[in-house]
Amino acid sequence: MDTLTILLMGFISIVLINNLVLTKFLGICPYLGVSGRIDMAFGMGLAVTFVVTLSGTLTWLIDHLILMGTALEVTRYVCFIMVIAGAVQLVEMYLRKFFPSLYESFGIFLPLITTNCAILGLCLFINLWEIDNLLEAVVLSFGAGIGFTMAICIMAGIRENLNLADVPDCLKGAPITLITAGILTLAFMGFAGMIR
Amino acid sequence: MAAQTRTKPVLGQTLIAGLWKENPVFRLLLGMCPTLAVTAAVKPALTMGLSVIFVLICSNIVVSLMRNLLKPHLRILMFTLTIATFVTIADLFLKAFVPRMSETLGPYVPLIIVNCIIICRAEACASKNSLVVSIIDALGMGVGFTLTLCVLAGVRELLSTGAIWEIRILPAGFVPWAAMSMPVGAFITLGLLLGLVNKMQNDK
Repeated sequence: MDTLTILLMGFISIVLINNLVLTKFLGICPYLGVSGRIDMAFGMGLAVTFVVTLSGTLTWLIDHLILMGTALEVTRYVCFIMVIAGAVQLVEMYLRKFFPSLYESFGIFLPLITTNCAILGLCLFINLWEIDNLLEAVVLSFGAGIGFTMAICIMAGIRENLNLADVPDCLKGAPITLITAGILTLAFMGFAGMIR
Repeated sequence: MAAQTRTKPVLGQTLIAGLWKENPVFRLLLGMCPTLAVTAAVKPALTMGLSVIFVLICSNIVVSLMRNLLKPHLRILMFTLTIATFVTIADLFLKAFVPRMSETLGPYVPLIIVNCIIICRAEACASKNSLVVSIIDALGMGVGFTLTLCVLAGVRELLSTGAIWEIRILPAGFVPWAAMSMPVGAFITLGLLLGLVNKMQNDK
């Protein structure tokens, strides 16, 4: 296979088949917390996509160029979380300066991206899957962000309609959201086996 | 702060609060990722719970000791770094002594770093309270989290294999529900359990 096919396969697989939210349970907190309104969900998805692409690339570079060269793999987690916190800070500063209205609407969620498991999770998965090609790491990180955006937007769309549904009292709120997420996961299982 | 006036019964309450009234998973909806990911069977769930207890207690001790030195805008970063250090220790320990379990848990052990429970306890309790209160709080929250994981894992393992802790419980004629060990089972079981807890709370 040539490089382009591998990259395309990787992208499709991380968006649909190995979707971080629906099959790896990463980023569930914002998935449950922010998915009330579709415009918020989309904004959150974009912010996460940006941060995850940036930090996925940076952590790959740091891991391969610095840590593996100097046998400092033990400090991997500390380095990764520092990079992510730094990337989030960067996005925050940039948004506050150039898009103040968007910054206002994100509010508390922006700093919370630091503790979004999807981002650290992806950095760890890239490490686990032994991706040894920078381009592939970039495409996977970007795909993960797109996958997250897609999942959270679908969920927000469903939840906007769920408000009108007659849900039993004890299942209102988080429980019904989780059950919906379960059914959504079932639907996404249909994509398994699409590649090989 | 009220830390000096706290007496034994209050400490007991702090311990109990984490088990039910402020149970991190059922009542506060924190730490969902590991809750869903490692609960396909009881053994990994218990390992995960114990690792979280270890990290939670250690980080609460450190945060509580340095609470007067913290600068407000840097505190989250300090919390994360503290937690990351202890998670690295826990991860290396698991890799050395239970390598197969470490493989099963995969990236979810390092993901304890971003587990909201730990940051939440550091922020809400350890950075404001004395050492003893912080330790008790960490213990209560950690045990509450572990018990929740085990309950969820028990239900899922029972239905997906007919056994708990790999000991057969249901009769041999039982047809395993394969879906319970998959992500679908995790989401739906947790959703229904949460509903059950809500119902018990409302009936009281």
